[in-house]
Amino acid sequence: MSELSVSSGIPSVSMPPPSALQGETRPKVTVRDLNFYYGEHHALKKINLTLMANRVTAFIGPSGCGKSTLLRIFNRMYDLYPGQRAEGQLMLDNQNILDPKLDLNLLRARVGMVFQKPTPFPMTIYENIAFGIRLYEKISKSEMDIRVEKALRGGALWNEVKDKLNASGLSLSGGQQQRLCIARTIAVRPEVILFDEPCSALDPISTAKIEELIDELKDQYTIAIVTHNMQQAARVSDSTAFMYLGELIEFDQTNKIFTSPTDRRTQDYITGRFG
Amino acid sequence: MDAAGPYDRAKALNAFKAGDQAFYWITRISALSVLFILGGIILSLIAGAWPALHEFGFSFLTTQRWAPSADPPVLGALGPIYGTLITSVIAMAIAIPVGLGIAIFLTELCPQWLRRPIGMAIELLAGIPSIIYGMWGFFVLGPFLANHFQPFLISTFEGVPVLGTIFAGPPSYLSLFNAALILAIMVLPFITSISVDVFKTVPPVLKEAAYGVGCTTWEVVRNVVIPYTRVGMIGGIMLALGRALGETMAVTFIIGNSFRITGSLFGPGTTISAAIASEFAESDGLHQSGLILLGLLLFVLTFMVLSAARLMLMRLEKKAGN
Repeated sequence: MSELSVSSGIPSVSMPPPSALQGETRPKVTVRDLNFYYGEHHALKKINLTLMANRVTAFIGPSGCGKSTLLRIFNRMYDLYPGQRAEGQLMLDNQNILDPKLDLNLLRARVGMVFQKPTPFPMTIYENIAFGIRLYEKISKSEMDIRVEKALRGGALWNEVKDKLNASGLSLSGGQQQRLCIARTIAVRPEVILFDEPCSALDPISTAKIEELIDELKDQYTIAIVTHNMQQAARVSDSTAFMYLGELIEFDQTNKIFTSPTDRRTQDYITGRFG
Repeated sequence: MDAAGPYDRAKALNAFKAGDQAFYWITRISALSVLFILGGIILSLIAGAWPALHEFGFSFLTTQRWAPSADPPVLGALGPIYGTLITSVIAMAIAIPVGLGIAIFLTELCPQWLRRPIGMAIELLAGIPSIIYGMWGFFVLGPFLANHFQPFLISTFEGVPVLGTIFAGPPSYLSLFNAALILAIMVLPFITSISVDVFKTVPPVLKEAAYGVGCTTWEVVRNVVIPYTRVGMIGGIMLALGRALGETMAVTFIIGNSFRITGSLFGPGTTISAAIASEFAESDGLHQSGLILLGLLLFVLTFMVLSAARLMLMRLEKKAGN
């Protein structure tokens, strides 16, 4: 297993041993010696970690520590912007995501993303879901109806919208919009789902619903979630990565991180002494 | 100082209040003056057009003959109306796809270093006076089209039904097609610069979300950027159409000013504004009144186009589920 020596002489960070995780699982995404640059700015420094299949991995750390940046590498979203580049290796199963020849559209279908702010497309609720499916599959109207319903059920939204599928996606409340975005993401049947602070714009009830949903989704998907809310990380995740100033400080099982962190900075952060 | 405080404060507030009132009235008068000016223009158009309206009535719209010096004079607006509509439609058919294409390229695909030169070229294009376009059309574009482009189309479609008539010879410097092409170039910057501005208002995260489900750039533009900016974009297109309908100088130079309707795009024609511009100076009496009636028609035509655009927007919005 890969190990990372942190520059400041802190004991090395290791991955959670697979045996320590409950149930059978396997590595889904493996990050090796990943560096990331915004132009000249070195934003991520030698990141090593593994996302296990059917597990929720949380990324915590103070603002600007690089956790969202890391998430945006998993689906190459940074590619949209010139001057941003990544070096190293990022394996999704056996494929290097950073390979410049990779088909980005296909990658993004395999690695879905839910953003901080709800981002329904300017179309009806039905179309919001059907749109993504239609990009990859030619299916009949009746099959599409089934897929849309399934996705909306998967997003725990079906009961609230089944009578107004032709209303604009923008007419929903913030929490509903976010669940619509989750439904849209799972409709294309991804393998990995990335959540970038999915609840930061939502009220507590919507937040609880989304957390519940994440817990259900991990049966089928590999999940990575960036969050500023440490209770949320503790509630939803199986393992947690603490990042600070572009470095991965500590990565371990969630209960270990929150009860007996190895690194002082992790301890300071989770106890609220900085960040 | 503090003894005089309350009194001074009240006085100062009073002064502000007067200023506030003045501000309110200035803005209100400015806004209302638009209505007065518009109403005045309509009234004077109707008054000026009245003799012709009284003389020809509804047949003004359906008569093709324009013979102001005949006895009695015969004036019909069918030729200018046809020319106005056909040149504007062709101009928009060319300018909309090209203009939107440029806007999409500039906002979504263009490398940073190329963005400025193209953006500036578009703005300069908008700044060229229409008389320059007219001269360029007359001396450069017209001859080029007549010598190279038109003969090719004419020989290609010769004998083909419908198309053969539309592209019938002989090639000419002065034609509806040339005018439409010049119009397309003139309205292009409107469509492009307004589209670029509204495309920039699409939140990056919305585009990222669309890329995030695996869209290609084209799919993002078609399904997210264009629906999101629909209202602004159609506004830009309507502004361009308004300019195309009313454009005078450049068209007068190159359209040939013939009131007769020919089936061919390569034949001469005229538009409402070109007819007014070329004849108004030497007109009087009923002839002049007829030209003013033409102006009124253009006014009505533009109004109808704008209303149709509004209607279309409302229906689109209904369809999108709002």
